[in-house]
Amino acid sequence: MLPIFLVIVSGIVVGSLVRNISATRYTGKIIGILIALLLFSLGLSVGTNEQVITNFRFIGLDAFVIATAATLGSVLCAAWVYRKFFRKKDKES
Amino acid sequence: MRDSLIYLLVFALGIVLALVGWVPEFFLPDDMAKGILYLLLFFVGIQIGSSKHLLSVVKSLGFKIVLVPAATTIGTFAAVILVSYLLPHRSLSDCLCVGSGFAYYSLSSILISEYRGAELGTVALLANIIREFFVLVFAPWMVKYFGKLAPICAGGATTMDTTLPIITKYSGTDYVVVALFHGMIIDFSVPLWVSFFLSL
Repeated sequence: MLPIFLVIVSGIVVGSLVRNISATRYTGKIIGILIALLLFSLGLSVGTNEQVITNFRFIGLDAFVIATAATLGSVLCAAWVYRKFFRKKDKES
Repeated sequence: MRDSLIYLLVFALGIVLALVGWVPEFFLPDDMAKGILYLLLFFVGIQIGSSKHLLSVVKSLGFKIVLVPAATTIGTFAAVILVSYLLPHRSLSDCLCVGSGFAYYSLSSILISEYRGAELGTVALLANIIREFFVLVFAPWMVKYFGKLAPICAGGATTMDTTLPIITKYSGTDYVVVALFHGMIIDFSVPLWVSFFLSL
C-alpha cells in the first residue's frame, strides 16, 4: 500500500516539474510497453502455477462464469452511475 | 484494438513459455513483476503530474466519487448472486467469496484456500485474474459502450495499480483520481467482504 502511493506521488511530483518538457508525450508509449511486460509476467505466473494448470479445465469454466458475471454486473452499474452523475460534467468540460 | 491484441498475445506467450519450462531466469514473476509495476506506477504518476487540470477534477466531483465503489460492489454482488444459479455445485456463499475478490486475486485466493480449500481458492485465483484481464483487454470497448467509469468498476481493487495505466489511457487522465480513490476503497474492502462471506 504505502510504497504504491509513494511511487505514484513521486511520479506526480516529477511529472508536474517536467510538464513543459516535450519528452512527456512519450509517457503513454512507455506505459503501453510496461503493461505488455506485466501481462507477460502474469502469463508466466499462470503457467508456472501447477495447481491452476492441472485443474484448469474443471475449475476454469466456473471461474470464467463468475468473472464474467462480476465484470458485467459492475460495468452495468458503472454505466448507470456514469449516465446519471458523470456524463454531463464531461460534456461541459 | 491493436494494443489489446498485443497484450493478449504477450499474456498467452507467457503461459506457453512457462508451460514449456522456458521461463527466463531474470523474469521470474514475483520480484520482476513488482519492479515493473512500480516503474509503471511511476510513469502513471508522471502522466498525472504533467496533465494540466487535476485538482479541479476532484473539486468538481465531490461526493459523487463515493458512488463509483458503491456501483462496483452492488453490481458485482447482484450479478454473482444471479449467476450462482448456473453453478448448482457451488454454494451461494462460495460464489460470493470468489466474487468479493474484486480482481485482488492474490489476497482473495489465499484467504479462500485457507478456509474453503485449495480448489475454491484456485477458482478465486483464476476468476479474479480473468476479471483483471478483462479490463486490460476490453477497456476500450467498455469505455465506448458503457462510459468512462466502466473499466474502473470492472477493475475492482486493481484500479490503483495494475489496471490504472489502461484506465488512464482509455478513460482519460481526468478519471485517474476516481480510479485511485475507487481502488483504495475496494482494496480495503476485499479482506472484509471475503471473510464475511467465508463466515456464512
